[in-house]
Amino acid sequence: MTPRSTYQRLLGWGGQCVIALILAFMILPAIVVTIAAFNDKAILSFPPQAWSWRWFGRALAYPDFRDGFRNGLIVTAWASTIALLVGAMFAFVIDRYSFPFKRALEGVLVSPLVIPHFTIGLGFLILAAGIGWSRGFAVVVACHVVLVLPFVLRSVYVSLKNLDQGLEHAAASLGASPLRVLLTVTLPLLLPGLVSGWLFAAILSFNEFTASLFVTSQRTQTLPVAMYNYVREFADPSMAALSVMYIVATAALIAFANSFLGLGKVLNIEQRE
Amino acid sequence: MVGHGKAAVHFDAVTKRFGDVVALDEVSLAIARGEFMTLLGPSGCGKTTLLKLAAGFLGPDRGSIAIDGKCVNDVPTYKREIGMMFQNYALFPHMNVADNVAYGLKTRRVPRQECRRRVAEVLALVKLKGMEDRKPRQLSGGQQQRVALARALVINPTVLLLDEPFSALDKNLRLDMQIEIKEIQRKLGLTTIFVTHDQSEALSLSDRMAVMSEGRIRQLGTPRDVYRRPRDRFVASFVGDSNRLRGRLVNVTAAGAVIALGNAQVKVPGEAFSGAAADHPVDLFVRPERLRLVDASAPGAICGQVVAQVYQGGHVDLQIDCKASGHDRLLVRSSGDQAIARWPLGAAVGIAIDADGCAAFPAE
Repeated sequence: MTPRSTYQRLLGWGGQCVIALILAFMILPAIVVTIAAFNDKAILSFPPQAWSWRWFGRALAYPDFRDGFRNGLIVTAWASTIALLVGAMFAFVIDRYSFPFKRALEGVLVSPLVIPHFTIGLGFLILAAGIGWSRGFAVVVACHVVLVLPFVLRSVYVSLKNLDQGLEHAAASLGASPLRVLLTVTLPLLLPGLVSGWLFAAILSFNEFTASLFVTSQRTQTLPVAMYNYVREFADPSMAALSVMYIVATAALIAFANSFLGLGKVLNIEQRE
Repeated sequence: MVGHGKAAVHFDAVTKRFGDVVALDEVSLAIARGEFMTLLGPSGCGKTTLLKLAAGFLGPDRGSIAIDGKCVNDVPTYKREIGMMFQNYALFPHMNVADNVAYGLKTRRVPRQECRRRVAEVLALVKLKGMEDRKPRQLSGGQQQRVALARALVINPTVLLLDEPFSALDKNLRLDMQIEIKEIQRKLGLTTIFVTHDQSEALSLSDRMAVMSEGRIRQLGTPRDVYRRPRDRFVASFVGDSNRLRGRLVNVTAAGAVIALGNAQVKVPGEAFSGAAADHPVDLFVRPERLRLVDASAPGAICGQVVAQVYQGGHVDLQIDCKASGHDRLLVRSSGDQAIARWPLGAAVGIAIDADGCAAFPAE
């Protein structure tokens, strides 16, 4: 090993310190919330003087949270599944065919990334009122489909780009009809991209707040909206407790995705074997 | 020429354009049953397009393609009964070896028992017994290629299409696989279309070869024909090594044309010179093994200097600088290895030309 100068050693130490500080900064909110969740007092204070699990019980028992959780799951399941079907078809068309206004179509499909969510939410609210659509789950689901579509599209598109079209040609040369090629070659190889697209869409849809605030009603409010309504009235650590459960559940989901599907594959950041 | 009725694959005046680029310009080619036909040419010559037309991945703009006497212009790939080997093998990564090979049998609804038997047979043929459960990524390049071959053979295709299948293999393995594929092809009597840009592969494997350039077939013939009697300057320079020498036409007779190279005279076939005036400048293409090194003082020899010796085991390649005689650097191939000691670097040498086996074309 070559001897390092004092200057280089200082630089190395300094770099490691900066990295440690950045990481600490990133997880600091989660740590603060976690500690606050175990506070015995009925106010959100830091640091707590006495410890308790009771806010977890209250968060789990609170009817608005229970309904919000259930509503959220319903909306998420529908929205991400519909977005997956629609997005996959658009991705396929954009990858395989050339036609006029293709760039424009891509632009429209990814525009929810740059349009503020409240604009989209407000738009759906006005639209629903205009055409006499009742504020049920359909409006919320439709709104979420638009919001998560760009992510699904992107994920499937990348998978399609990585798919060797020679494999489809090979299957056709072996006598497979187009439908059979799709079912036995294309879809199985696209599966990681489809799963990752669905997972992204589900997480985004479940956590979406801004647009949901506009399009949900008391009957259809999702968990983030229920949480918002809660903090407008109460300031006890139930919110913090719920947040901790949120973090744990998400971490569990990611751990599951990692061990069963391979996170690299799911997120499309790893080259397929 | 093969009659249309007997041809296994027949391209008739096939034209294919990509935008403004003419990839194939009225190409006609008939491939006989059991024949190993090579399409040889540089990239962009249209050879791969022709293969894709045979496979049905592309359709012709004009002309027709017939397989086994039936026009297949409107027949999709999956109904054509072809077997194809791809450049990167295109094995299905999510299936094991047995499932890859069985894929074409399953699409044909072959009963399971028979399917298993035929997969075992073909895997034995390509020497892959015992590999049934491996995934493609667990195999070496050569093994992957055998799987690809087995997958194409197991369906008893009317025609086997090979798209540069050897280009990803290292040299020794490539020679082994070439010999093996050629043996299997001959044993099964399979009509085969083989696309390559490697002229030595084309010469060693083909029954006949079509040398292509710019969307046309420049010459069609046996490897020996093409090597010894190239029809134009493109074929002469693309197939095999050759030296180009500038000479002058002396005269043309029924027996052939006489070309003067300084003091030496060479006789070549005369077809290329019909109507050419005497004294017309001529490009003479000579194979390196048709040049002999002689003493610099020998009468009629082209004088030069040895500038490089490349030992090749069975033969020696010598580079001779002939600028003083008005020629470029010439390559002389000498069998055995005596030439290294006899004509050391820097030595002044003379080059004599074997009159037989040269090709000459009027200079442009």
